[in-house]
Amino acid sequence: MTTTVHVDTTGHAASTPDTPQPYRELGLKDDEYTRIREILGRRPTDAELAMYSVMWSEHCSYKSSKVHLKYFGETTTEEMRAKMLAGIGENAGVVDIGDGWAITFKVESHNHPSYVEPYQGAATGVGGIVRDILAMGARPLAVMDPLRFGAADAPDTRRVLPGVVAGVGGYGNCLGLPNIGGEVVFDPSYQGNPLVNALCVGAMRVEDLHLAHASGAGNKVILFGARTGLDGIGGVSVLASDTFAGDEGGTEPMLDPASRSSAPMLDPASRSSARKKLPSVQVGDPFTEKVLIECCLELFREGIVVGIQDLGGAGLSCATSELASAGDGGMHVYLERVPLRATGMTPAEILSSESQERMCAVVAPSDVDAFMRVCRKWDVIATEIGEVTDGDRLVITWHGETVVDVPPRTVAHEGPVYERPVSRPPVQDDIVAATPDALPRPSTSDELRAEILRMAGSPNLSSRRWVTEQYDRYVRGGTVLAQPSDAGMIRIDESTGRGVAMSCDCNGRYTYLDPYAGAQLALAEAYRNVATSGARPVAVTNCLNFGSPEDPGVMWQFQQAVRGLADGCAELGIPVTGGNVSFYNQTGTTAILPTPVVGVLGVIDDVASRIPTGLGAPGDTLILLGETHDELAGSEWAHVVHGHLGGQPPVVNLAREAVIAAVLRDGGVSAAHDLSEGGLAQALVESTLVTGRGCDVELTGDPFVALFSESSARVLVSVPDPDAFTARCAEAGLPWTRLGAVSATSSLRIEGVGELALPELSEVWEGTLPALFG
Amino acid sequence: MSKIGVITFPGTLDDTDAARAVRYAGGEPVALWHGDADLRGVDAVIVPGGFSYGDYLRAGAIARFAPVMGEVVTAARGGMPVLGICNGFQILCEAGLLPGALLRNAGLHFVCRDQKLRVERTSTAWTGGYADGAEIVIPVKNMDGRFAASRSTVDELEGEGRVVFRYTDVNPNGSLSDIAGISSADGRIVGLMPHPEHAIDALTGPGDDGLAMFRSVLGTVLA
Repeated sequence: MTTTVHVDTTGHAASTPDTPQPYRELGLKDDEYTRIREILGRRPTDAELAMYSVMWSEHCSYKSSKVHLKYFGETTTEEMRAKMLAGIGENAGVVDIGDGWAITFKVESHNHPSYVEPYQGAATGVGGIVRDILAMGARPLAVMDPLRFGAADAPDTRRVLPGVVAGVGGYGNCLGLPNIGGEVVFDPSYQGNPLVNALCVGAMRVEDLHLAHASGAGNKVILFGARTGLDGIGGVSVLASDTFAGDEGGTEPMLDPASRSSAPMLDPASRSSARKKLPSVQVGDPFTEKVLIECCLELFREGIVVGIQDLGGAGLSCATSELASAGDGGMHVYLERVPLRATGMTPAEILSSESQERMCAVVAPSDVDAFMRVCRKWDVIATEIGEVTDGDRLVITWHGETVVDVPPRTVAHEGPVYERPVSRPPVQDDIVAATPDALPRPSTSDELRAEILRMAGSPNLSSRRWVTEQYDRYVRGGTVLAQPSDAGMIRIDESTGRGVAMSCDCNGRYTYLDPYAGAQLALAEAYRNVATSGARPVAVTNCLNFGSPEDPGVMWQFQQAVRGLADGCAELGIPVTGGNVSFYNQTGTTAILPTPVVGVLGVIDDVASRIPTGLGAPGDTLILLGETHDELAGSEWAHVVHGHLGGQPPVVNLAREAVIAAVLRDGGVSAAHDLSEGGLAQALVESTLVTGRGCDVELTGDPFVALFSESSARVLVSVPDPDAFTARCAEAGLPWTRLGAVSATSSLRIEGVGELALPELSEVWEGTLPALFG
Repeated sequence: MSKIGVITFPGTLDDTDAARAVRYAGGEPVALWHGDADLRGVDAVIVPGGFSYGDYLRAGAIARFAPVMGEVVTAARGGMPVLGICNGFQILCEAGLLPGALLRNAGLHFVCRDQKLRVERTSTAWTGGYADGAEIVIPVKNMDGRFAASRSTVDELEGEGRVVFRYTDVNPNGSLSDIAGISSADGRIVGLMPHPEHAIDALTGPGDDGLAMFRSVLGTVLA
């Protein structure tokens, strides 16, 4: 291998304006490249080109979504903003929950890497979101993972799902973070593009909030954590093959078809020469991250961190340009000081490496010794790599030669913005017209009984135990509710019992039928799940997973979903504090079901007053809150029994959701369970099995509709004193129906349908995932 | 108030939980640092769960060389009560304080579940508070929880009544003879895979069946 490194300096770039550069292979458009040249007044160096290309990617710059995401800000009122300490644009949103506590939470996608390498893709997805939370100054406290896969019985799902689940567990368990919930959804649209979203919740004292900015000329920039290697470099290796003449693989870069087709967003041009044949998916080391967490928290306690930023996508390119851009000066980085774990890395590679478990801090010179002492205590490698300067430039040198000299805002915050064409696809009319009304419905008691069992054992409704048993839900000792509860709940303050609840939900089929309503239904379900635990919903995060933004139909879905979610949040009076957009999710040329995963955070004054999921004590009255209509479009029943998807999703009623939440908070409920996919039938099955107790139920109206309709704004509650409780419902204007009572038996008895013994139900419900995934 | 040390290694996870359990039981938890060869005057030591040193090489294999472990081994040989929970049990085995080893779970997955156990021996420093043969529910959560030892070692443990806890209903990991926890011959050192510190309160665990373990040792050190 020839190792004559020709470093492309700014001086060299200025004197060689006509040198052809592989900007297209790096995913930059002609006009974007021209703009970079205009900004710099010359052609960019290799290192600058690497920085701009990654930072201006869809993933980092939100160039297709920005114009739509603005709507979240426009619909957030001052009242909604009152409790927000940090919002969209920061590493994660922060909410004041009272008693001096602040909660930070966020969900992010790691979809494409998880298809290529399920274990590491999922593991580093958890690692990345945890560092985002840490970078706010908070202790990460719990994780959740909304996951979506292709058909449950498809051969590739057997490759992807076990790896993803083991990766989520392997990283989170070793990090000591309880996994308190999430989703596992199967649909053929995710076959070649699983969704691996990871959510993390953290807590801090309000005064400990840290924001990512590099202030104060003379302050030092310290890189700490793992060494920087060649992993996760992705497209930038194309520059390396230009720089390293005479590689044994030749100068002709090879196209890596796997990463090219699966990760168009992250690796617009994943080319690599033989020397660089390293995975473009990063490799995680949760032990290093655990130590890094404890080290950071001790640094925060010592009060010696001016600004901090995690290294995630785009690595040092992102961290240095964002820190400098958000600060009040410039920055000088001495790139040769970065500790490496590979030899011969170029400046462009070092800047683009996505090696995991790294953080970057800004520290006053007088605190550097103390900072290094804490890092040594935790055996964390820490290196002073630069300083904040008086100027307004980000200057990066390599052994004394300048390889980057840019205005940082142009890299981090002033990337391209696209107004992509938006148009409602003509096929949408046909989708809406294809209602499920003519589908054959079960009518006899035997048919209804059989359908309940079939639904309970279907992949999307069956027990998630096979998955959740691989996650530690106990560590840190604060988990009050976890799967299979409607929401996860953790105690924040041991002395007062103050805690938070969290749920994330989305039904992609509803969003496919009507993206505006579908996004609101996702919000409604997450809100309802949090309310069902007894908590007060206070804030929202999201992970918007969609197909290609270059498809006007997909952009229409996106625009509608954003508007639906923002309008819904405004109606409920809870702000969106942050989120993540993932585009280019498609199987072949077909986009995934539009999947705006919505996470709702709730607060509960004392976790001891939480409402358990399931049934109350024998003798308690079972009441169904809300109203049931004939709403089967997009339902799990239509999907499982008829493979049908068409019509209008259930009607959204956010005002009713808010009333239900208020009534539940008033107390008088011994247990509850929300109604969602699978309707009342599934809610009864889950409630009995989770509690291990039976119940007797009488249905009103058409029994099929009563059992399988998915009307929103409904919750099943157990109440010891039905008169007092229903009086409260009447006062609140909340419709309710008496269903029956919790029994001392071990069977679910439904008048007109028959008896379902718990052991029989359990076998069906618990058996599906183990049979599929062993 | 009796002082119970709780060790933190890099990668230890359940140290704050073990300390909380000591507090709930009425003792005073004392934080011990892996790098300090100092037990800070404690009356007993808990080696808590987690993934010390990332479980690199082998669970517990690196932690046993930590400076604090030298002190623990010496104190334990002198009769100080020591409890190893999960990764702590693995460390005590690696340190030679308890026989056998913990291997990858039979199902090859991490397993987290509420586990039924039977208390097989109450004449130890850590189980005096249980009734003989008591059935308790304690969370188990690990990747490498399958107890293994030579036939003669298992026979010796069984013969001397040193099997302290046994899995009932379901053996979650393929442990020999359903062994969940064992003790030293004198009953001062106990190691178990399930996590009693996560069963101290019905609000955050399956119940409070684990609390008696921490109360037991307080009774022992006061005696």
